[in-house]
Order: sequence, then C-alpha cells, then structure tokens
Amino acid sequence: MCNQTVSLVAAAIEDRGIPTVTIQLLEEIARKIGPPRALCVPFAHGFPLGQPGNAQMQRDIILEALALIDRTDLSPPHLSHHSSGSQKPEGRK
Amino acid sequence: MATFEELSMPVRLFLKAYPWRHIHPTPWAQASQPLNQSRIAVVSSAGFIRKGQDPFDDHVKGGDPSFRWIEQKTPTENLMETHRSQSFDHSGIQADPNLALPLRRLETLAEEGTIGSVNHRHASCMGSLTAPGKFTREAAPAIADGLIQDGVNRVLLVPV
Repeated sequence: MCNQTVSLVAAAIEDRGIPTVTIQLLEEIARKIGPPRALCVPFAHGFPLGQPGNAQMQRDIILEALALIDRTDLSPPHLSHHSSGSQKPEGRK
Repeated sequence: MATFEELSMPVRLFLKAYPWRHIHPTPWAQASQPLNQSRIAVVSSAGFIRKGQDPFDDHVKGGDPSFRWIEQKTPTENLMETHRSQSFDHSGIQADPNLALPLRRLETLAEEGTIGSVNHRHASCMGSLTAPGKFTREAAPAIADGLIQDGVNRVLLVPV
C-alpha cells in the first residue's frame, strides 16, 4: 500500500509544479498506479534504499532517482529500473 | 525487486484484488534548477515520528490519513518507526532509518555540494492506507503546499 500512498503525494506535489521521483518496490503495482516518475529498485519490502548501514548504496539509489528529474526525454508516467542488476535483494525471503 | 511471493498468502490475495488508484491524467513538472542548486525534500511512508510527536492511530479504519513533519535536524536516535503493517521485515529501517528517511544521506550530499541543499523538514505518513480518500483530499495537498512554501525544487518519495 505504501507504493500507492507515496504516489498519491507525488501527484499532488507534481501538480503544483515541483518534480518528483518515487521509489517503487513492486513493478506490477507501480504500473497500475502510475506515479509521474519512478525508479523500481531490486529490494524487498522494508528495504527501499538497499542495505541498512550501507551509506554508499543508499546514496547511489538516491542520486539515480533524483537524476531522472533531469531527463528531458521522458514522458509521464515514467518507470525506470535501477541500473545495477548485481545487487542482491535485502530482507527476508 | 520485491515480489508478491515474499508476502503472506492473505496479503497477496488482498493486493491482487485491491482496486488500486490510478493517477490520471499524470501531472508532470520539469526541473527548474540543476541538482547542485536544488533544494531536496523527502516524503516517507514508513510511519516515522519524532519522539514527542503524536503517534499515528492504528485504530483508524482504512489507515490513519494524517502526516507529520520531521525536521531535517532531528537526530537519528530520536526517530521512531511506527509502521503498522506486519507484512514486511521492519528490522532494516529500525536499524537504519536512513533506509526510508535518508536524513543523514542528504546531509552528506549537501555538504559535498552534490545537491544544493536539504529542506528543513520532510513529510512522514503511514503508508498502509487501504482507504486513501481523505489522505488524497487533505494530507497530500497539505504536504505539497508546505513544500511549495519551503521553496523545494525536487522531492524524493520513499515507500517501504
């Protein structure tokens, strides 16, 4: 449900002229909701920015997400995937 | 990527049948400033509160539609994770709140000049809203208006 909640806020913010990017954990749900601009990450629920305590990984995800806002070749709704497929999902399996 | 399979069967069935809200038409804003001149704010749905703030009400049917402002200067140890859902592993965000509300990460990015600045406050809400009508009508616009007043240029939204 969190994916929907943040997406609804993103829509309100974007509607007022501030660009947003939402992290998304379930692509199927993200496509149903359609937030303006989203980055799908390869992590389990509860671990949206990767590993706890891993500042570098969290930083990379944050910057990758924020960089989507600079892209002028995108159209809404836009869904990107995290660029590195090598990181293992976190959390319980 | 998270998968449906990591969720319990009742949760999975609920999510499959749930009438997801579809955003249409899709609002779209463009960057007005480069990243290194932008003021950044975060919206987290992990149910964080600062010690001393009123807790979210777990008894509200459909989920508590309120939100809290969390000041950027809040020490990490003063953040309390109160997300009501038991359908995910809370250990990560409890061990490191930056995982869902990256205050210290943004602080570092601002100090090194990668981003322009961090807003003085961020929004925290309870993500497990099955009935998001009131939240959409009241909280979401209030968060947006607050961030406009603050002069925020970009917003990162983080679910759990």
